Amino acid sequence: MLYGLKIALRYLTASKAQTALLVLGVAVGVFIFIFMSALIGGLAEFILSRTVGDISHVTIKAEDADPPILISAEGHVLAVAERGRARTATLADAPTWVPLIETVPGVIAVSPQITGAGFLTRGAQVAQVSVTGVEPGRESAILNLDGYMVEGSARLGSGVIVLGQTLADDLSLRLGQTLRLQSSGGVSMVLTLSGIYRTGNGMIDRRSIFVSLPTARTLFSLPQGVTWIEIKLADLNAADATALRIRALTGLDAVPWTDGAEQLMEALDAQAQTGYFLKSFALITIVIGVASALLLSTYRRRPEIGIMRAMGAGRGFVVFVFVAQGALIGLLGGLSGAAFGYLALLPFPTREAFRPGTLPMDITQGSYGLAITLTVLGAILASILPARAAARVDPVTAIGQ
Amino acid sequence: MNMLVEVEGLVKTFGSGEAATRVLRGLSLTLQTGEMTALLGPSGSGKSTLLTILGTLMKPTSGNHRMLGVDLVAADDRALTAFRNLHIGFVFQFHNLLPDFTALENVIFPTAVREGRETAAARARGRELLTRMGLAERIDFPSANLSGGQKQRVAVARALMNRPELVLADEPTGNLDRASAMQVMELIGEINRDEGTTFLISTHDEKIAGLCRRQVVVGDGVVTG
Ligand SMILES: Nc1ncnc2c1ncn2[C@@H]1O[C@H](COP(=O)(O)OP(=O)(O)OP(=O)(O)O)[C@@H](O)[C@H]1O
Ligand SMILES: [Mg+2]
Repeated sequence: MLYGLKIALRYLTASKAQTALLVLGVAVGVFIFIFMSALIGGLAEFILSRTVGDISHVTIKAEDADPPILISAEGHVLAVAERGRARTATLADAPTWVPLIETVPGVIAVSPQITGAGFLTRGAQVAQVSVTGVEPGRESAILNLDGYMVEGSARLGSGVIVLGQTLADDLSLRLGQTLRLQSSGGVSMVLTLSGIYRTGNGMIDRRSIFVSLPTARTLFSLPQGVTWIEIKLADLNAADATALRIRALTGLDAVPWTDGAEQLMEALDAQAQTGYFLKSFALITIVIGVASALLLSTYRRRPEIGIMRAMGAGRGFVVFVFVAQGALIGLLGGLSGAAFGYLALLPFPTREAFRPGTLPMDITQGSYGLAITLTVLGAILASILPARAAARVDPVTAIGQ
Repeated sequence: MNMLVEVEGLVKTFGSGEAATRVLRGLSLTLQTGEMTALLGPSGSGKSTLLTILGTLMKPTSGNHRMLGVDLVAADDRALTAFRNLHIGFVFQFHNLLPDFTALENVIFPTAVREGRETAAARARGRELLTRMGLAERIDFPSANLSGGQKQRVAVARALMNRPELVLADEPTGNLDRASAMQVMELIGEINRDEGTTFLISTHDEKIAGLCRRQVVVGDGVVTG
C-alpha cells in the first residue's frame, strides 16, 4: 500500500493551504484536549494536596474497645464505665509494627502517636485542646510542622509544647512561657512553649497542641504502645490498596483517607467528568472537521477517482487513499497540537510550586500520547465515510464522457 | 485472426418506466485481434455507451459480452477491475490525466496500482512510451501544465502501459486541432501496426475514421454499417 500512501501524500501536498488549515484545525482540537487534561489533572492534584496533603493517608486506630456497659434484662442501661477508662485501648505492639509498615512499597513515612484530649491552662485562662504525642524526629512526617513554624522550633524535646498561632493569640502566649497541661485522665504537667506554627487550618491552629511521645505517655498513663499510627504515601491514589496491604500484613485496622472523604471524591469525579466531556467535544470537532474536508475533497476529485478506477484501481485502493489522507492529517495535527500544547504549558509553575490564584496547570498531565492516538484514530474514523463515498464513485459518470 | 471481443444482442436502457431511454437495442459486434476500427454515428446514437460497456465500466441491461473468452457480464466488480487493468486501455476526450501527477507518474499508474509501488522497470517502460509519443522533454512535467495534444499523447502512452489487447478511445482527438489530431492518430496507427494492439476509436471526424481500416456505424441502437 506504499503506492496508495504516495497518492494520499500527493493529494495533501497538492492543496497546501487547504491541508495546512485542516491540520491547524485538528491541532487546535488537540491543543484544547491537552490543555484540558493538564488543567483538570493539575486542579485535582492541587485540591488533593491542599486538602489531604497534610493528613495521614492511611491511619491505624487502636481497636476501640466498646465502653463496658452493664445492661439490665429489660434493656435499661444500668452503668457505663468512665470515659477516661474507655480510652485506654492501645496498639500495644506498635514498636514492632512500625518498621514492618515502613517496608510496605509506597509508604514514605510512619508516625506512631498518642492522642487525647486535655486542658491548657495559663494563669486564669483555660483552653480545651486536642493533644498529639509525636515521636521526636517524626514531627514533620505527616503534617509538615517544620514548614509551618512562625516562631521557635518544631523539635519536640521532653517537657516542651508546640501549638498553633490562634491558640497562642487567644491565650496571649509567648515562646519560653510555661503552661499547665491537664489530660482528660487527670494527669497534669508543666510544659515550656518552644514553638508556634500557622498551618492555615483553623482547627489545627486553634485546637491542636503537640508534645513528645514520652510526654504523652505520662499524660495519658500509657506505659507502652500508642493509640494511633499515621502513614504517609508517595501516591495519594494508592491509599485504598496500601491500606489493604497493611491490613493483610499486620492484621491491624488500617483505614485509607478516602474512607469518609466521599464528598471530596465526588467533587473530583465531577470535575474529571467535566474534563472528559470537554475533551470529547474537542475530539468530535476534529472528527467532523476532517470528515467534511475529506468529503469535499472526494467531490472535487470525482473525475480523478473515475480515471483511477478505469485504470484498474480497486475500491479498496480508493478507500485506502482517502483513509490514509485522514490518518496523515490526524498524525500531523496531533503532533503539532501536542507540541503547541506542551509549549503553552511550559510557562506555568510546576506542580510543586502551585500558588493560589494561578491556574494549577500540570504539564506532566497533558496526556500527549493519548491525545495523538485518539486524534489519529478519530481522523481515520472521520475518513471512512468520505473514503466509502469515493469508492462508490461511478467511473462512467465521473469521467463524464 | 483471433476473435478478441464479442458482443451480442446488447441492450442498454437508462432509467425506468416513462423516463426509460433505450440506447442500445440489441447491438452485436465482434472485434478481431489487431484490428483498428472507427466507431461512427450521430450524436446520441450510443457510441460512448458501447465503449463504456466494452470497457467493463458499465454492464449492459441484457446481452452477452465476452473478451478473451471471459464472460464479462457475469464477472463481479473485483474481477472486472483486475481484467480492465491487464487487458483494456482507455483514452477519453476530457479528464484523462491525474492533474497532480507528472506525465511519467500518470503513464505508469496502471502498473503501479497493480504492483503496489512504482518499480524501476515500470518507470523505464513509461519513459520509453513517452519518448515514443514524442514527449521525451515532458517526462517529469506536471500533467496539468501540458497542452491538450500533449495530454492526449500521455493518455495514449498510459493506455498502452500494461500492453493491453484492446484500447478504447472515445473521441480522443475531439478537443484537438487538426495537426495534433493527426499526430495522435499516427501514433495510434504505429502502435497498432507494430504491436498488434486492437483499437476501437469513436469519432465524428470522417478524416480520422478514414485512417482506420474498418468503420462501424451505430444508429438507432444497433450497428448499421
Ligand atoms: N447515465 C445516463 N442516464 C440517462 N441517459 C443516458 C446516460 N448516459 C447516456 N445517456 C443517453 O444515452 C444516449 C446515448 O449517449 P452516448 O453518450 O452513448 O451517445 P454518443 O453516441 O456517445 O454521443 P456523442 O457523439 O454526442 O458523444 C443519449 O441520448 C444520452 O442522453
Ligand atoms: Mg460520446
